[in-house]
Amino acid sequence: MNEFPNVRIPVGDYVEKFIDFLAMNFGWLFDLIFTIASTTIRTIETALLATPWWAIMIVVFLLGWYLNSILNGILFAAFIFLIGSFNLWEDTMTTVAIIVISVVLSLAIGIPVGILMAFSKTFSVIIRPLLDAMQTMPTFVYLIPVIFFFPLGNVPAIIATIIYALPPVIRLTELGIRNVDSEVIESAESFGSSRNQMLVKVQLPQALPTMMAGINQTTMMALSMAVVGSMVGAHGLGERVLFSINQINISLGFEAGISIVFLAIIIDRLTNGVADRLQSTGRRSA
Amino acid sequence: MTVKIKVENVTKIFGPRPKKVIPMIEKGASKRDILEKTGHTVGVYNANMEIMEGETFVIMGLSGSGKSTLIRCFNLLNKPTSGAIYVDGENIVNYNKEQLKFFRQKKIAMVFQHFGLFSHRTVIENIEYGLEIRGLSKSERRDIAQKHINTVGLKGYENQYPDELSGGMRQRVGIARALTNDPDILLMDEPFSALDPLIRREMQMELLDIQTRLQKTIIFITHDVNEAFRIGDRVAVMKDGHVEQIGTPEELLETPANDYIIDFTREIDRSKVLQAMNIMSKPLSVMNGKDGLHVAIKNMEEHGISSVFITNRERQLLGLVTIDGAIDGVKNKKTLEEVMTTDVLTATPEEYVQDIIPRVLGSKYPLVVIDETNRIEGIILRVHVLSSIISHSADGEVEGEETLSQSVKPVEVTE
Repeated sequence: MNEFPNVRIPVGDYVEKFIDFLAMNFGWLFDLIFTIASTTIRTIETALLATPWWAIMIVVFLLGWYLNSILNGILFAAFIFLIGSFNLWEDTMTTVAIIVISVVLSLAIGIPVGILMAFSKTFSVIIRPLLDAMQTMPTFVYLIPVIFFFPLGNVPAIIATIIYALPPVIRLTELGIRNVDSEVIESAESFGSSRNQMLVKVQLPQALPTMMAGINQTTMMALSMAVVGSMVGAHGLGERVLFSINQINISLGFEAGISIVFLAIIIDRLTNGVADRLQSTGRRSA
Repeated sequence: MTVKIKVENVTKIFGPRPKKVIPMIEKGASKRDILEKTGHTVGVYNANMEIMEGETFVIMGLSGSGKSTLIRCFNLLNKPTSGAIYVDGENIVNYNKEQLKFFRQKKIAMVFQHFGLFSHRTVIENIEYGLEIRGLSKSERRDIAQKHINTVGLKGYENQYPDELSGGMRQRVGIARALTNDPDILLMDEPFSALDPLIRREMQMELLDIQTRLQKTIIFITHDVNEAFRIGDRVAVMKDGHVEQIGTPEELLETPANDYIIDFTREIDRSKVLQAMNIMSKPLSVMNGKDGLHVAIKNMEEHGISSVFITNRERQLLGLVTIDGAIDGVKNKKTLEEVMTTDVLTATPEEYVQDIIPRVLGSKYPLVVIDETNRIEGIILRVHVLSSIISHSADGEVEGEETLSQSVKPVEVTE
């Protein structure tokens, strides 16, 4: 009586069949994505490695000084120098390249989706559970189909990173636009703004501080995927961490790990600095 | 004056199926009943009004009376559920998207209670927004915007952000932004309610100033009777979505349509609304100077009064002769001009009662109301002032009694 009836609904099998179907019929599409993505990564990576280390250090110092304080600038420069001294420079640049392309693609997808969700309640209701799934589904579960489509390496890592890092920018773009003061919207409307003018001249600028918080979160989450991404073959700092786990190499593990933390601190503070700057000229009028 | 806006049976109901509620209202269901039974909110029901070109039309009511809903119908931020609004003879409710855009860009602009400024734009960028939308070049719109910045006294603040300004200054930006579009019609939704009283008073005066210069058709929303009466040429009073009465401030005070209006206007300071011409009486203790002292004495005896105003043929005020002066003049063979005093206190017809009180109370003689060519329009006695300040119901009685005791009776004056 207390046993569950002998019913089996094989949802997993359906998903597997669907993935098979995609791989069989859309192989060309995934090949195209792969080619574009891997070329882009290589380009960014090459450009970063071609830049002298001290130039990157100076740029980070100046950005830190400009967006935060001179003290932060010095701190960030010290972090960069430490990373170099760990002999992890090339790995770090690879990780940065992966993060940059993941974040850029996340924003390119996330901001338009967020805008659509702000405008259409129906669309918002449909997308929301998907966002929940993207954030809570254990990463490894969707790593499996991703490696089905792409050869091991940086590209599947980027896809996985985007899936994981996309929700915050979508959610906060929607929130930012929805929360624009209703009188501000009415006043823009009362002057006869078209829908596009309203979006570009009023809603997006007013939502920007909130959106920046989302962009910051997306960046941090992308960084946190560095190690997981390496499980499907991504190079860079994550690869070092995995390597040190296999070798039980505490010293290398710590150095690679702390390098990721350094990157996180620098990126977090810099994007926050941008958000603060926008905030000071974008405070609510009421 | 031509009719600028004609509102015909406008009803606005909020909710999923507003049209279904209309029969209920027609049967006389109250706003609260309808909300409880159907979940619909009646914003405005069956509003009718005509607004003249160049008029300042005030819509007054407590919160929830539907005044903000109604004003948003004029630029279709709220689309009326039923009814028509004609602006220059065109029914704007039927406008399509393009027509509506054009209408909003060229003909009508709005000022908001909490200013509705774009906090990411500087003062001048806020003010030129309407022109930017219309696609004017940067230099063109800067020129126009600058002109209006000067109009509202914001010179020097062009490049500040709204959150760096005080409330009064922010609303100046709001007004300049609306004026920059050079609209025929200016909608103002409680524009001064969020300001402190001193600044509010100052802004009201400036609005009146601007209005005398620009002659826009202004629709002004307020919950403050004093503000309504100070600013409005005519005032509409709203309650629970219904328009209760429309009229000039004097009409609302003198012939209120119902108890609600009386209640509303009770706290009004009548001396700030009524003008000299509203309370003066006909100038009857007046005679032509050519007629001489004997006629003056006879005149005063006949009417039992102690002084008489002297005019020339054109009824222009020359001065005043008292009974003592006249008798003294006859005894010592003086002319009327010699005993006449020219030291007479005057007022213009447009002066508010509150401003003439000191003059009336400080003088033994009536106050003379004269027009710009010095012609006598009427006279004001102490009693006129006092009775005008007391509420409507007591008016007639008091005036009658006191007039007798002051012994001023209507007399025809032969010239």
